[in-house]
Amino acid sequence: MNEQTVKNLKTVVLSNQEVSPGYFRMRILAPGYPGSAKPGHFVMLRVQRSLHPLLRRPFGIFQTGTLPPDCEGQPPKEYLEILYKVVGRGTNLLKDLHQGDRIEVLGPLGRGFSPLLEGREQILVGGGIGLVPLYMLARELVKTTKVRLYMGGRSREDILCVTEFERLGVETYVSTDDGSLGEQGFVTQALERRLDLGSEASLYACGPMPMLDAVQKICAQRCVPLQVSLEALMACGVGACLGCVVKGIGHSEETPRYLCSCKAGPVFDARELAWQKMDKENDYCEGCAS
Amino acid sequence: MSAKNNETSPNLGVEVAGLRLKNPVMPASGTFGYGAEYAPFFDLNRLGAIVTKGLSLKPKAGNPTPRIAETEGGMLNAIGLQNVGVDAFVAEKLPLLGSLSTPVIANFFGNSLEEYGEVAARLSDIPEIAACELNISCPNVKKGGIVFGTDPKAAAEVVSLVRSKLSKPLIVKLTPNVTDIALMARAVEEAGADALCCINTLTGMAIDIRSRKPRLANVTGGLSGPAIRPVAVRMVYQASSAVNIPVIGVGGIMTAEDVVEFLIAGATAVQVGTANFIDPCAMIEIIEGLESFCRAEGIDDIRELIGSLRI
Repeated sequence: MNEQTVKNLKTVVLSNQEVSPGYFRMRILAPGYPGSAKPGHFVMLRVQRSLHPLLRRPFGIFQTGTLPPDCEGQPPKEYLEILYKVVGRGTNLLKDLHQGDRIEVLGPLGRGFSPLLEGREQILVGGGIGLVPLYMLARELVKTTKVRLYMGGRSREDILCVTEFERLGVETYVSTDDGSLGEQGFVTQALERRLDLGSEASLYACGPMPMLDAVQKICAQRCVPLQVSLEALMACGVGACLGCVVKGIGHSEETPRYLCSCKAGPVFDARELAWQKMDKENDYCEGCAS
Repeated sequence: MSAKNNETSPNLGVEVAGLRLKNPVMPASGTFGYGAEYAPFFDLNRLGAIVTKGLSLKPKAGNPTPRIAETEGGMLNAIGLQNVGVDAFVAEKLPLLGSLSTPVIANFFGNSLEEYGEVAARLSDIPEIAACELNISCPNVKKGGIVFGTDPKAAAEVVSLVRSKLSKPLIVKLTPNVTDIALMARAVEEAGADALCCINTLTGMAIDIRSRKPRLANVTGGLSGPAIRPVAVRMVYQASSAVNIPVIGVGGIMTAEDVVEFLIAGATAVQVGTANFIDPCAMIEIIEGLESFCRAEGIDDIRELIGSLRI
């Protein structure tokens, strides 16, 4: 499951644009990524070789792709894209990068989604910036089946890239806390209504921990399989620092079962995790970057 | 640069506690997992040695999250010595480590004096382990760790016990959270240590000013990274001046130049910690950088740097 070849690329930014107030989309030259990065994988970015910030920052891969070469005879340009919210020092530096600026990319990292098809309805649930890892998954899933996306956020500005999902043929349902876009309320309300129609479904979710916990409960009650992508503070991204651990099922002080979000995750089958014992407030780090 | 230096590589080899290291660079315990985590990035045999994550008799859960927090030029951690325990280490981690030609140093700790002795006895029988590093300096656990590392009598007691159970070279890792590092260094040397490792992390704390909560669930944690390097260099200097056994220097090393500073201060070898998190190939860059430094400075043998401070 961690068979991908992990590399530390010293590369350059291709573009970096604000897509909604406070949210940016960055394209980075990344040879090999269209072949090796799978839905749910992430990268550790190093913006500059500085003392502050010192550590890399984890970012989910939004998508990968290939551009024609700049001039004839050169190989095509393979790239990856991230989508991020400006929340702290790391992302503040990131937002100021321009085309041609240097950046270091460690990845692709982690365990991605393992789609469960079997004629099931494929449902994606994204909260805010948690939408990021779902796009590549949607791109995979639409090849064989119908896909629905339930997208939630505080306000219309937190609802990103919905049209891109629609362009893939994904049916999208939007909820906002303030009702400024789509239905007013939590994304879980719309989701419950859908599931109660009774068809068999597979769910894939990413977003703030309270949302994931609510989705997990909804799925557990209805015996619906769920995969969640978690965000956590991490220093290394390769399973060494043990900073990003979450409690696995069966965890206790005597029989510790900590799982590294970076290595065993970031995507987990919801049944692998000890939800009751989760540090719900603490494990979530908005936008994967501080 | 002399013509000779153009032709031959400078000798980077050093000897610590009877171990011959091809270069003075090894990872700091807890920043390199059990080796396998970094095997995809480079040939582990290029390192001077490998130091494992700290081992205890039984598996240890570690602390609640958040366990890490970035600070200016460093990071705080309170992992809490999470580890698989000696049995799982032998079954799952040792096969890879044992297949390497570079020496494997097992870092270990106990929850009590007796447990320190038991772990030492277990590790003593494992042929793949070249030496052991005794941790009496973890700031993030209530039992064990730093309790033994801040009192010279308690430190001497645990080192004597471990010495009597262990038939391998013994390195003792000291905490900087003491008033007089030289006093601790001498106590540990007299109790039978073959080498010292200075320093573990400095106890620190950071607060989220909006929520007014500590940024670590454990409230306090250990500070590492470049921010602590001057403290580490000072302590390596003081400890190595106080004892006759070799000192392994550790604390905020990011570059080959940092390593040279530690060697001049009196370190015989060094450990690289936080830098591994930032760049998985940090130690390889450092080793290559040491070779370049020696060539550029006309140094044939890196050992001539050790303790070469001019005052």
